[in-house]
Parts: sequence; structure tokens; C-alpha cells
Amino acid sequence: MNSNQLIEAFRKFLPAETILHEAEDLRPYECDALSAYRQVPMVVVLPRTEAEIAAILQICHAERVPVVARGSGTGLSGGALPHAEGVLLSLARLNRILEIDPASCTACVQPGVRNLAISEAAAHYGMYYAPDPSSQIACSIGGNVAENSGGVHCLKYGLTVHNILRLRVLTIEGDILEIGADALDSPGFDLLALMTGSEGMLGIVTEITVRLLPKPETVKLVMAVFDDVRKAGEAVASVIQAGIIPAGMEMMDKITIHAVEDFVHAGYDLEGAAILLCESDGMAEEVADEIERIRTILQASGATRISLAQDEAERQRFWAGRKAAFPAAGRVSPDYYCMDGTIPRKHLAHVLEQIEQLSAKYGLRCMNVFHAGDGNLHPLILYDANQPGELQKAEAFGARILEICIEAGGSLTGEHGVGIEKLNQMCLQFNDAERSRFHAIKAAFDPESLLNPGKAIPELHRCAEFGAMHVHGGAEKFPEIPRF
Amino acid sequence: MKIFPDHFIDTINAATENKQPLRIRGSGSKDFYGNPQALQHSSVLDTSTWQGIVDYEPSELVITARSGTPLAEIEKLLHNHSQMLAFEPPHFHASATLGGCVAAGLSGPRRAYTGAVRDYVLGTKLLDGQGNILSFGGRVMKNVAGYDVSRLMTGAMGTLGVLLEISLKVLPRPATERTLCFQASTPEAMAIMRRCTAEPLPVSATCFHDSQLYIRLSGAESAVQTAHARLGGDKINDDDHFWESIRNHTHSFFQEGKSSGKSLWRLSIKPTTPPLSLPGKQLIEWGGALRWLVTDKDADAAVIRIHAADAGGHATLFHGNKTAVPVFHPLSPALLKIHQRLKQQFDPAGILNPQRLYTEF
Repeated sequence: MNSNQLIEAFRKFLPAETILHEAEDLRPYECDALSAYRQVPMVVVLPRTEAEIAAILQICHAERVPVVARGSGTGLSGGALPHAEGVLLSLARLNRILEIDPASCTACVQPGVRNLAISEAAAHYGMYYAPDPSSQIACSIGGNVAENSGGVHCLKYGLTVHNILRLRVLTIEGDILEIGADALDSPGFDLLALMTGSEGMLGIVTEITVRLLPKPETVKLVMAVFDDVRKAGEAVASVIQAGIIPAGMEMMDKITIHAVEDFVHAGYDLEGAAILLCESDGMAEEVADEIERIRTILQASGATRISLAQDEAERQRFWAGRKAAFPAAGRVSPDYYCMDGTIPRKHLAHVLEQIEQLSAKYGLRCMNVFHAGDGNLHPLILYDANQPGELQKAEAFGARILEICIEAGGSLTGEHGVGIEKLNQMCLQFNDAERSRFHAIKAAFDPESLLNPGKAIPELHRCAEFGAMHVHGGAEKFPEIPRF
Repeated sequence: MKIFPDHFIDTINAATENKQPLRIRGSGSKDFYGNPQALQHSSVLDTSTWQGIVDYEPSELVITARSGTPLAEIEKLLHNHSQMLAFEPPHFHASATLGGCVAAGLSGPRRAYTGAVRDYVLGTKLLDGQGNILSFGGRVMKNVAGYDVSRLMTGAMGTLGVLLEISLKVLPRPATERTLCFQASTPEAMAIMRRCTAEPLPVSATCFHDSQLYIRLSGAESAVQTAHARLGGDKINDDDHFWESIRNHTHSFFQEGKSSGKSLWRLSIKPTTPPLSLPGKQLIEWGGALRWLVTDKDADAAVIRIHAADAGGHATLFHGNKTAVPVFHPLSPALLKIHQRLKQQFDPAGILNPQRLYTEF
């Protein structure tokens, strides 16, 4: 079916303004927040109801047309990169909060609802939705489910997978799956976990029930400055070893401190080699106790300065610097490339040293922001796409960082997803048998591989090619396995 | 000498060749759990000797152990470092293993407040039905590389693979715990339980039975004291023993449910559901989200399942006449199709715990 026939078929049940096919209308959809990868789709559809989505999927399934789902397009791994011969299915118009149930502490929402909009709607009841990715003003809850998004508070409150109860999912074959429940568990396999983080490869989510939490009574934030990144890393371990799970624990390195201080004037100490932000929340009495214990530990770990945010305004200002790290990178450099590796925390200093060496090797600056509590590192590689070869250098630098994370026993992505960007590194983290099993899972939901094809899980031949250029320690990782 | 996974692989290969169903078994503390059809004509794949803690670093909040490791051993080690398995897995016998805990996917009293076993599983190494050793997830808190197969294994009752090694997130033990007791009617108790979820209180368990409501507070001394002052109620002694009896089903309520002539049902439902009008005795946990029902052995399973489904949940026959009634709540045709396909992909010969979860696969 060519694009005209497809558009004709959609027009039978979709209003004309919800079908985009002119070049200038398609252009805004050519990439998500990872703009290094661009592809204009054949057609964009903007359905408003589940029934419309079902009808779109039915046609695409019958005609074997690939479908790429998209929420707000804030993804950082190219997961919503369109398919040249496919339909880009925008879920942005399914943006209604269907129900907030304060008694059961849940909200039922459509996938296009913005993450922050849920907390705003729940605020009336003294509640909120805990996962708070930095893009929460814009990112959609459907996209959060697709990526299993985290945020700065996930050490204590968990990721998306820990905060959703139920999904309603349309399969490409036309089935409706009710996954999870209003209860705390459901019979059979944990498909709720399988769907979360599946990057739009298994089904189209049309409804989500999320768990709401009562807002903590008190929140306090401590900022500590260290003259050595290693000391800051050890301070994090000491806090956790003392039995404290802070609501948030974030670290920034020197170059980041400078970039954000210039930008938002958060009051950071420019002499510091690292800044640690450590937040405590809960009942007033316990927060007071916890903050005191945290201060003592940070002091003992060699912090050169410790400041407790004196009021809400100061707390927000301390956070503003951390939350502005990405835009600050965009301010000090024409382009930046954000990585998302996770490591066991004990390897932090070692990994940062290696990144510093790579930075010198590639001649590119790198800012490091770190979800210190949960070992999720976001190196921001600064480059200029207008300089010939810099993008390629940034990509090579980034790829090497991910490999270092994998070597340290971590993962190539903590919360941004594999998308189109990290397919090669998936070949390093998983062997052929494991990747085959991923393909098998996809086939169980989408036998013809029509949903977001080519993302998240590399084909076996891709890894064989990548393996050929990338031999570790002189030996292939799995020489016994046949390559295609 | 053969190392163990080789032995498991040989067993699986032989079972595939002979079309011999395998029953994966740790200590056997949950032999009762699941459809009994699985027991017929099966031979045992014994994981109980595949023991050992592979890695544990308290400051990383992660422990990795082999599947046959006794839960008690893991919990003792964690206890020594003032940490714990926050989902409070039930030990139906002192010998219960980690593998069985993850395969069954059952969590204890703390579940409604700190999460279930699936929330703490970070990674698994497993053996699929074709004898491949596969690793998914890892030992880090956040990991979205590939589908979440580790959580898919959790609660799959061994139907998708033999768990070899599991990495779990652990949490610090609370500095203080205190259990409050209230005399209350069922609606009163339910209202207090809901308050415990809707307000930011350091509640870690709730249980209502026989006109007594128990609320456990966990956290800093100051928080526990303040919450006690706000909620009221009498502090009870020996509360560890009480919660253990709920968690491990040694409480007289559960003992009765296990006795001949009775059945024990587990109804997991929307927590705000009003008291269920079903014949028999009930015990309520998880702020109303878990209702245990002791009823006559010949009570109508269909009626119980309709009540559970109407309340947004499902009903499991924990103890009772399992030859007459499927243990787990039936799946919709669309979900069953996905389950069967996943089973086919992970265990094409159908040799791993066939029928234990659903008789269809």
C-alpha cells in the first residue's frame, strides 16, 4: 500500500486534520530529543480515541505497514525515530486524566498526559506521582512507560515500573490486553514489568493506572562541596551504609558546576571538585534527625562546605542548578551528547577517571552529572556538529563510555532506553542467545515485527558486523556461537 | 567432576529427549502451591544444593545469590549488616529457598508499603527449556537495556526457566518498629487502613482479623513516636512473632485454612473494596488489598472468583481441593495467547513445570 492509499484508508475514519502527510507537516516529527538521528515518516496520525488507534493498527497490520508510537518526543535515545515507510502514531491527543481516586491513591490516565500534569491534578488531594524525569513538564506518561523512566527521586521511590498498577494495551493483532490490575498483583506472568521499558515494541498503551503517594510533610536539602570527586563518591556510600535512603542524592563535577552556576546562579561553590545534593523527606521529626545524621557523615567524609537550604526558595535554587545541567550544557557548547550508563557505585571514581582520559584523547569536554544514589551516570559530551568530524568523535567517545560502564558490571542504559542509539552496545551487554530471547519476546506480541521495528534489540547480523570491528582483548566474546 | 549448571543442562537435555516433564524444586516448602497436575509423571530437578551467596556489598544495596540458597541464610546475613529483604517473603518452611521465593513471587506484610519481590529483583541468570544459560538485568538499580526478563521470571512458577542466580535490591532495616493494636469493626478498620496509605505515615504493615486491627510502624524513633501519637492504639509486645505468624501462615487463622474440610483463598483486589460478603472467615492485609478467606472445602470457587474479579482483582486457591478447581485465576483469551507464546519461546518442549501455573501450558 503506498502512502496515498494509506491516507485514503485513514480518511475513512479519521478527520483530515489528524492525518499529516505534507512535507512541512511531517518535518517536526523527524526526530525525538536525540536529534542526531532524523527520518521523516511516510505519514503521521493523531488519533483521539482507543477505537481510532485500533482502526489504524488494523490497517497497518493487514498491509504490513510499520508503526512507531510517539508521546511528547522528549526521548533521548531515538526510540521514537520514525520509519521511512511507516506510520508515526502520535498519542499526544490522548491527553485526558480519566480519574483520580484519592481513596485508593491511584490515577487513571491516557498515555499522552504529561508526567507533571498528573502530580498537578493530584495535588488537590495532597498526593503526587513519584517518578520525576527531568523532562517532566513535557514528557508523557506513555513515553515514561515505554522507557521505564526514573528521575532524581527514584532511589527511594522507584522507577516507572514500581509506580504503575495497570495498563490497557492494544496489540498489533487487534487484541486488547488488560495488564496488571487495580489490585497490587495479577495472575500469570508479570507482563506489566515486561511492557514497562519495552520502547513501543510490544503494544500500544491506551490507558495507564498509576500509584499516587501522599506528599511528604517535610522536605530538606543539604548541599555538600568536596575538593575531590573520590571523596564525594565515598560520602555517598557512607550515607547508604549508615542505613539512610535519601529521597534524592545527586552529584555534579567541576565543569558542570561552572556551567550551571554561570547559567542559573544557584550559589554553588566554584572551587569545589564535586557537589553533592542530598535530600531527605518524611515527617518533620524524622527529617530533622536524618539531616543531622547526613551532615555528620558528609563532614566525616571530608566535605569542605555543607549548607542546609534554609527555606523552600533556597532548596529550589540548589536544585535549579542540577536540573539545569542539560540546558547549561547547551549554553556552553553548540551541541551535547547525553549518555546514560549505570555502574555499581563503588566504581564511580575509576569510571570518572577513565572518562577524563577519554575526554583528553578525543579533545572533547565532558560534563558529568550523576544520580549518585542509584549509580546512574549522565556524561554530557560537548561538541560542535558544525565542525567536521566532531559528531563522529562524540559518538565514539560516548560508545566507549558505555562500554566502560558495561565492563564495570553496569548497564548501557539506566533510564533513557536503547532506541536507535545504543544498538551496537547491546551486542556487548548481551550474547546471541540472550538477544534471540528478546526477539522471541517481541514475536510473542508482534509476530510480524511491525511495532517500532529495528529499535532496542539489534538483529544478529548487526552484532556480527559490530563484533568484527570490535574485538575485546583479542578474543571474540562468544566464539562458539555461529554468526550470520 | 561436573559443575552444577552442567548437571542441570544434562537433565534438561535428557528431559527434552524423553519428553519428560520436570518439576523444579528447591526445598519443597511450596510443593503445595500451584496446580497438582504438575506433580503427575514429573521428575524432580533439584536446585536445593545450588547454594551460595555470590556477591554482597551492603553499601551497594545489592545481594546476589544462587537459587538454592536458603532465604534464612540470606536474611541472617542481611540482618548482620542491618539490612533486609523489604518484601518480607513468606517462609512456609525453615528451609525455603531464594529460587522458590522469586519463582512463586509471593511477598509478605510489608508489600503494600515497600513493594513486592518483583520490585526488588534486579537481575537473574537462568536456564531456559533448551539448556541455554541466559543473563538478564544485572546488579545495578537502574537498567533498561532489553526487555525486563528478570521480572518476567518473578512469579512465573518456573514455567519459563530454571532460576540459577538472582540479584536483589536490599534496604536498610528500620531503626525502630512498633505495632499498634485497635479494637475495631471491619468498616472502621478499613477506614484506618486507608488513612495509613493516604497520609504520609511510616506504616509498614496492616492486618485485621477477629475485630483486632494491627498496624506496624517502621522508621526513625521520632517518626514512629509521632505516628503513634497521631493514630492512637495500644502498643503490643512480641510483635515480631505476630507478623511472622501472618507472613509464614503459622497464625491460627491460616492453620484452620490448611486443615481438612477447609480451603484457604487469597483474594488480591482493589484496596478500597468494601468488606466482601462471602461465607467463611476473613483476614485482611495490605491496607485492604489482600483478603484471605477460610471457607468450606466445597465452597463455590466460581462465586469467589466473581467477587474477586468484580473487585478489580483475582483469587488464588492457596489450600484446598485443587484437583477440582484451577489454582490460579483464569486469564482472558488474549492474555492466555501471549502466555502460551512466551512459554513456547522459552520452553518449546514444554518440560519446565508444565501445568503448574495454568493447565493450558
